[in-house]
Amino acid sequence: MDLNLVIALGIQIIYGIANLTLISLGLAIIFGMMRVINLAHGEFIMLGGYTVVISTNAGVNIWISMLIVAPVVVGVIGVLVERLLIRWLYGRMIDTLLATWGLSLLLIGLVTSIFGASTATTISPPLGVVSIGDYTSSAYELLLIGITVALCLIIFLTLKLTRLGLIARGTMQNEEMASALGVSTPRIYMLTFGFGAAISGFAGGLLAPVTGVLPTIGVAYIAKSFITVISGGAVILAGTVSASAVLGGVNGIVSFLTGPTIGEVALLFAAILLLRLMPRGITGRFFRKGL
Amino acid sequence: MTFNKNRRRFLAGASIALAAPAIIGRVQAATDDIKFVSILDQSGGLDIYGKPMVDTTKLAIEEINADGGLLGRQIDLKVYDPQSSIQLYTQFATQAAAGDKADVVHAGITSASREAIRPTLARFQTLYFYNVLYEGGVCDFNCFCTGSTPAQTVEKLVPYTMNKWGKKVYVVAADYNYGQITAQWVQKYVSDNGGEVVETEFFPLDVTNFGTTIKKIQAAKPDMVMSALVGGAHVSFYRQYAAAGMNQSVPIASTTFGIGNEHKLISGEEGDGMICAYSYFEEIESEANASFTSRFKDSMGDDAPALNELAARSYEAAYLWAEAVKQAGSIDRMQVIEVLRTGLSIDGPSGTVAIEPKTNHALQNVYLAELKDQSFNIVESYEAQPPTDTLLVCDLVGNPNQSTFYFQNGLEAAGIEIQ
Amino acid sequence: MTIFRDMRATFTIAVIGILFMVLAPTVLELFAIINLTTAIALAMLALSLALVWGYGGILCFGQTAFFGVGAYAYTVAAINSGDAATAILIAVVVAIIFASVLGYFMFYGRVSDVYLAVITLTVSLILFSLIRRTSGPEYKIGDALLGGFNGVTAPPLNLPWDRAYFLFPEHVFYVAMAFLIIAYVFTAWLVRTKFGRVVISIKENELRAELLGYDIRLYKLLIFMIGAAIAGLGGVLFCNGVGRVTPDVFNLYNSALTIIWVIVGGRGTLIGPVLGAFGIFYLTSALGTQSTINNNLILGIILIIFVLAIPKGLVPTVRDWMIERKDRRIQRVRERRIRTRRTRSSTQNAEGAGE
Repeated sequence: MDLNLVIALGIQIIYGIANLTLISLGLAIIFGMMRVINLAHGEFIMLGGYTVVISTNAGVNIWISMLIVAPVVVGVIGVLVERLLIRWLYGRMIDTLLATWGLSLLLIGLVTSIFGASTATTISPPLGVVSIGDYTSSAYELLLIGITVALCLIIFLTLKLTRLGLIARGTMQNEEMASALGVSTPRIYMLTFGFGAAISGFAGGLLAPVTGVLPTIGVAYIAKSFITVISGGAVILAGTVSASAVLGGVNGIVSFLTGPTIGEVALLFAAILLLRLMPRGITGRFFRKGL
Repeated sequence: MTFNKNRRRFLAGASIALAAPAIIGRVQAATDDIKFVSILDQSGGLDIYGKPMVDTTKLAIEEINADGGLLGRQIDLKVYDPQSSIQLYTQFATQAAAGDKADVVHAGITSASREAIRPTLARFQTLYFYNVLYEGGVCDFNCFCTGSTPAQTVEKLVPYTMNKWGKKVYVVAADYNYGQITAQWVQKYVSDNGGEVVETEFFPLDVTNFGTTIKKIQAAKPDMVMSALVGGAHVSFYRQYAAAGMNQSVPIASTTFGIGNEHKLISGEEGDGMICAYSYFEEIESEANASFTSRFKDSMGDDAPALNELAARSYEAAYLWAEAVKQAGSIDRMQVIEVLRTGLSIDGPSGTVAIEPKTNHALQNVYLAELKDQSFNIVESYEAQPPTDTLLVCDLVGNPNQSTFYFQNGLEAAGIEIQ
Repeated sequence: MTIFRDMRATFTIAVIGILFMVLAPTVLELFAIINLTTAIALAMLALSLALVWGYGGILCFGQTAFFGVGAYAYTVAAINSGDAATAILIAVVVAIIFASVLGYFMFYGRVSDVYLAVITLTVSLILFSLIRRTSGPEYKIGDALLGGFNGVTAPPLNLPWDRAYFLFPEHVFYVAMAFLIIAYVFTAWLVRTKFGRVVISIKENELRAELLGYDIRLYKLLIFMIGAAIAGLGGVLFCNGVGRVTPDVFNLYNSALTIIWVIVGGRGTLIGPVLGAFGIFYLTSALGTQSTINNNLILGIILIIFVLAIPKGLVPTVRDWMIERKDRRIQRVRERRIRTRRTRSSTQNAEGAGE
């Protein structure tokens, strides 16, 4: 194996990790803050993709579509969902499984009814190719790694430094206390759900140029992101990033050595072992004080 | 042996159990419409394949009915949506055969769905059409497989693209029976033509990140990639391949790309230069096809999906069956099967399609086409291709009493040498 | 109060079940009976999760793993031995062993809650990925080829004393229904035994149960294994209803669907999830006969309306409503009594005091 291949492969594995982080963060925020397992998470990603395709086809600049329109649109949808559906279910979190499963089917059905079973996704990755010796990578993949890192930083700084982040963390740790101190917890929950949805939409928008955009594409993401988030444990950012690093790393290496199916199985096995060794997820043991 | 005997006893029993309602059923049928049942996914992950098939089936039935129907009776089309679930396929097949007393059932997309319902339809003696391209090998007196098989498409595609691009082939395929067996066919035809398969990789249907594989392809430096990837998530492969600039250096040939209208899902730059093989392309230049596509567009309006082999063959298969009923002068299953097995043919949008009586498969034209700006340009065509793969193992003329899927466990298990 | 007096409702339901079992084949068409067998199999799966999750508090997101393992084990054993009774036994035993290994791994590692949900889901998905790969001739257990994604044809049930006699679809329906009724009565009895009450107490308060000296790991493991046995039996019925077993049973959709049945029917009841499974089975079947409106859309809307309108699930809501009605009636009677007493006493007072 020559050095170039090692470098190219290293980048590829880092990209795999970034990809896993990107598709999991939205779910992690909603789960970490609200203890809601959002089974419609994959469909939020799908909606992000559709938003980008539609707005780009309507003549909006592709960067604006991806970086601004997709998160805003899906975020608004998230707030609507929280107001119309989720807020009636606080205090009985198990029912949110049923509600979000229903929502997931509804969104798939709705998008299929409006746009058909498949849609022309003629937007291309807006960047060229980077060469490493004989190997070429899409420059867009490198950009996605950068954006994921930036996104994590933004979430970190928001939670750490802003007043909103402080209130959100407080609510997360002790809802009643936060409420007693005058924080409007329903409002925090609404914003959290909207924010989580926006991040999912953002991920879907960013992936739209390099994946298929179909009503049923969410299924491809939900299991993987669910497993990643729970393996990470209760701490949102540190948990998701560390779990993505472990699972994505295992997946990338095993996929290269044996093939994609065994790579997927290795990812799943790694998650099982991880949870057995750390029954509260990675952040149940490490980075407990993290964000 | 004993199992077969008992099986027959079981079947005989089942048909006795059916006798009472069947008598009432027949009396009803004399006054009622002819029952044509279609079981195809209209929702869930497989709807990208199922929807156009139902659309064209509807068109065919409407046309036949507008033309006065069959034997002076109208055809009643009933569509069931199994929602991409195998369990619902068997349920609806049972309902169609034992409940609706269907005169013919056109059903199934994946081989798994076909294998799930084939025994049910045989048990209830209901004529069955499967109109999807697949890996070949079904040998069933009651089941007509009208789609193309690897001997018709892969056998043409491999030598053509190897001559054009080179002899080192990298295979990527979906990780289920169709992909696994098609990969074996590719292997066989590549080595038959003096080439070499450098690597074969299989992907679960929900994989969306193909980065590692693309690096492996770059390391293996093949002359071409042969793809048998399936489904919405796998569209990502073609896009990431193009994003890494690979479509400029190592071209792709495929027997599955386009069958879910994937060529409309990716951009021109991403797809240009790919070569595919099917028994039908929307771009075929013939009067029959021009009239078919325009009738389809008229009936569907602006929502009309692109037409592919699955859609066109569903339409043609409905006509094949109708022609057999006309010639038989009856909807009796055995009489219709007999007529079909005389080598019955019709002229459809894809050209002449005829039933090959040894296998109950179709003799059909095969076209190779190159993708350019989201549409296919036909580069080569072959007339009346026989299903030689299935012919290797199946002879329903010699032994009509068969209901086997020979390639269930791969080619070597069926006694076919791969290298 | 004896267990049996406590189980009056259970027996009533069982009697209704038996009546249904006897009458259904005379009323319904053959295809409906065949398809009912599949529905019963799914109801069995729902019952197993109702026990494990509703009473044991174990959120098992991969209950279908045992269902599928049971179905595969039955098919492989029946192809090899030719005897359905042996095959059923083997299927149940294999499901139990599988659950004991997995359960030991989880409970003795103190995994619980959503973390446990993820492990079980993951196990199911691993089986899905691996069995899909088994299309080649080398994946052969005895005479049985696993067949990859296409699955294996399951031999129909036969008589233990006459293996040459294969049951008709109606008979398979009787067998399935009988199994379901027995499993239902058994689980209803189980949760009322001392063992069952300890399991429930662990669900209510794990720490307290442990401090009282119960080995909660063991209790959880045992209820998990019993649940797996019932799910495995459901798998046997499933492959008899469908005639085939495919890796599909392990996929995410089916794993989630099992959870949905339990929530719809009502957690903390046994008959609820069973009815939930039947209800959703008929809903999806009925929806499949139309294709004007997308079926996912309709099903999604129905589920959302359901969760908002009937938050506790079907059976608890009906039960509460009945109790409430009864209470109200009692209340009314009491009020009437008080009122009459009051009027009587006031008249008496009036008479007595002479005001």
